Amino acid sequence: MSIVTVQLGQCGNQIGHEVFSALCSDIRGTHGLCSKEENQSYQDCCKERFFCQEESAVPVARAVLVDMEPKVISQALSMAASSGLWSYSSRSHFCQKQGSGNNWANGYCVHGPRHKEAIMDLVQREAERCDRLGGFFTIMSMAGGTGSGLGAFVTQCLRDAFPTSFILNHVIWPYGTGEVIVQNYNSVLTLSHLYHSSDALLVHENDVIHKICAQLMNIKQISFRDVNQVLAHQLGSVFQPAQPAGGGSGYSRNPLGDLMESLVPHPEFRMLGLRNIPQMPESSLPYSTFSWPGLLKHLRQMLIANAPMEEGIDWQVRPPQPGSSIPSTNKPLHFNTSIANLLILRGKDVHSVDLGSFQDPSLYTSWLNPQDAFNAWKTPRAFNKYEKSAALVSNSQFLLKPLDSIVGKAWNMFASKAYLHQYTKFGIQEEDFLDCFTTLEQVISSYTNL
Amino acid sequence: AVSLPFAVGQCGNQVGCRFWDLALREHAAVNKKGIYDEALSSFFRNVDTRSGDNGPDIYKGKICSLKARALLIDMEEGVVNEILQGPLRDVFDSKQLITDVSGSGNNWAVGHKIYGCQYRENIVEKLRKTAEHCDCLQCFFIIHSMGGGTGSGLGTFVLNLLEEEFPEVYRFVTSVYPSGEDDVITSPYNSVLAMKELNEHADCVLPIENESLFEIVNKIHQMINSGKLGSTVKQNSLVTSSAGSAKTLPEKPFDAMNNIVANLLLNLTSSARFEGSLNMDLNEISMNLVPFPRLHYLVSSLTPLYTLADVNVPSRRLDQMFSDAFSRDHQLIQADPKHSLYLACALLVRGNVQVSDLRRNIERLKPSLHFVSWNQEGWKTGLCSVPPVGHSHSLLALANNTCVKPTFIELKDRFMKLYKKKAHLHHYLQIDGMEQSCFSEAISSLSDLIEEYNELDATKGGPRIDPSRLKIAV
Repeated sequence: MSIVTVQLGQCGNQIGHEVFSALCSDIRGTHGLCSKEENQSYQDCCKERFFCQEESAVPVARAVLVDMEPKVISQALSMAASSGLWSYSSRSHFCQKQGSGNNWANGYCVHGPRHKEAIMDLVQREAERCDRLGGFFTIMSMAGGTGSGLGAFVTQCLRDAFPTSFILNHVIWPYGTGEVIVQNYNSVLTLSHLYHSSDALLVHENDVIHKICAQLMNIKQISFRDVNQVLAHQLGSVFQPAQPAGGGSGYSRNPLGDLMESLVPHPEFRMLGLRNIPQMPESSLPYSTFSWPGLLKHLRQMLIANAPMEEGIDWQVRPPQPGSSIPSTNKPLHFNTSIANLLILRGKDVHSVDLGSFQDPSLYTSWLNPQDAFNAWKTPRAFNKYEKSAALVSNSQFLLKPLDSIVGKAWNMFASKAYLHQYTKFGIQEEDFLDCFTTLEQVISSYTNL
Repeated sequence: AVSLPFAVGQCGNQVGCRFWDLALREHAAVNKKGIYDEALSSFFRNVDTRSGDNGPDIYKGKICSLKARALLIDMEEGVVNEILQGPLRDVFDSKQLITDVSGSGNNWAVGHKIYGCQYRENIVEKLRKTAEHCDCLQCFFIIHSMGGGTGSGLGTFVLNLLEEEFPEVYRFVTSVYPSGEDDVITSPYNSVLAMKELNEHADCVLPIENESLFEIVNKIHQMINSGKLGSTVKQNSLVTSSAGSAKTLPEKPFDAMNNIVANLLLNLTSSARFEGSLNMDLNEISMNLVPFPRLHYLVSSLTPLYTLADVNVPSRRLDQMFSDAFSRDHQLIQADPKHSLYLACALLVRGNVQVSDLRRNIERLKPSLHFVSWNQEGWKTGLCSVPPVGHSHSLLALANNTCVKPTFIELKDRFMKLYKKKAHLHHYLQIDGMEQSCFSEAISSLSDLIEEYNELDATKGGPRIDPSRLKIAV
């Protein structure tokens, strides 16, 4: 089953390019650590999912590139082409000349309707090129104007045009200390709108990835390219082929569907966080050895203590004791309650790994059986030169604090009415803002009361 | 996307001339293959002049003849004629010029009411023709001075005209404000009358003061002549240098100062023209730096002012560049942002600078700056990969800060000194369309603006009370 990726805005297009590069580099690698057949099967599956190889010499990404100014798309296209390993289709991009000016209203109310036909046309064509369409993966930042505003509009269009397809929005949360001054407004508008049309939001926070670059990857002068490459590695570790446990011997035929089924039992809870272990500079890999118990122990603690990476974890945080009926408000502070978790394990000895620690009921809310709340996918095929690696996709309170912070700052600015004239001039009124705030306060409340 | 500069009046055209010169130099340094690209197209058309000046535009391929997208307007011929006889003569054609002979006599009313009326149609027609050649017009730049008659009066007339004819295109204005010792006696009248227009019709104004430009020129002069061993400066890196000038300082007295303003405009538009990891377009500048419509006056500072040529001298640390941007030595107006209130701040970085450098410096500088309560993290940032000529990196900081208030208060005071005595008023009132109310409305507009800044200043240092959040029924 194939996934169509929609890259929106500068961020979406820069990241999208890194993702396809990472996927391609992984399948070409000779470090699979598995049988030749397994490797071949993995390659074929990845290619079918993300690439098309009809008439061209190299795999062509199943992607639609959208931006309101030409420079970034132009770069993405040429970088891909010059790699010689994969490319974008020359007819799958849409751009304009002007940009959205970091204005969500401009992206949503003006560019959206104006360019809907042209964009959806490209999406339709890309969808038709798939033997079986497994759904859509959109990549966007929520801080700017195009990815955020036009992205929200396009997501709605996708939902209308493909009512039975899965839509996963990959949303980048900006650095807390601005990249864009009106980023909190744009974020509130984006998240509330996506909540109504998307199936799930997979979130990456720039602050978190930046820390990983600084502390784990040892990069001195961190560029956005570095950040995007770490991001791409994390996404690859989720989306490369893997076998759902107990689902027979083949790779998942419906990765997005499986993801949604495992992680989104209730429409009110759609925010997914992502953690990956281990992460280190490529040069250190040959000198490192890992054990599954060690990796999983760290990953579990990263989950319950809401740590962004395997360094600096607070080991004091413990789940509440089972057996005692503790009302949710008395749960130990800083403990991250989960609704559902998905673990994806890749590499040596995956099938003998003990996952009991993740099935502990005290990690979860009481609505689902722990067997349903926890799922695992595995493959013996190693990913991106890591002999063993694990990714955790979690529907939990991971994003509660950052979300609350964004809404708080946006509300603070809204109360002073600063910048509102920039939005009203393109069609977003104060009442629209209030609706969005209401939606998100509801989400915050729901996640708080787990 | 195209940015279209209008140079109006003597000052405007002198700055404009420097701007085109440096723009050509910048693009020549980047564009080695002589191919007409997207970056060039934002300021220049590519015209096939083999069969004469009226050849068709060439949109792709090799550069044939570059023509600036601009309108040069002056009611005297001196400056424009000089441009047309100088090295830039091939960059303009007669269809872009609007000139007259007698000038505006340093009278805003003559520029705005008389010449405005007289040349309206001509300007609109030439504007439309120029706009036709642009596949996407994003922004107009008006370059002018406030204290005279043409730049001030006709310049603000053009501003009004742009809003009427092209309401969706952003209007940025670079205004040179007169100093207290300005030798044009009526400059306060001209400036205040022009301010009303800027308040009401500009999207963003970048005020410039000659004193600041002069101090920068002096600082560089001292640096060069200090004779410190090993501190030879790269000629082409001076923020005051003209293209291809062999001497340290160019011939004409104002060239050095005007080059600084030209560099401001180049840096402002760099991220829109050249690629980078975090692009910043002009419409983003307006969006992020203007929280309320009339508070659109931005303090600019440029750094570095020069690069040392000697490779043995360690290049100034990157962090020093950020600190300099917040020092008064690098500002283009005399103001004190550090002791006033920031409403918003933008950092446009060029060259080999990455996001971690930006973040580190923002964290470092933040504590010493006062930001308004509803915008505590109000930073807009841009990263453009292409540095200016002669530098490995550069920074343009734009601040929306209440420190512009004293500048406006002084202007108001100088105006009132004259107005109370009705000095020179008759020169204005005798012009058709001018009445006493024009003056009272103008001063009222300025007073209101000052009051808006006052209200914001009053919040500085006060207790921070965050508004309570919406309550949701569980």
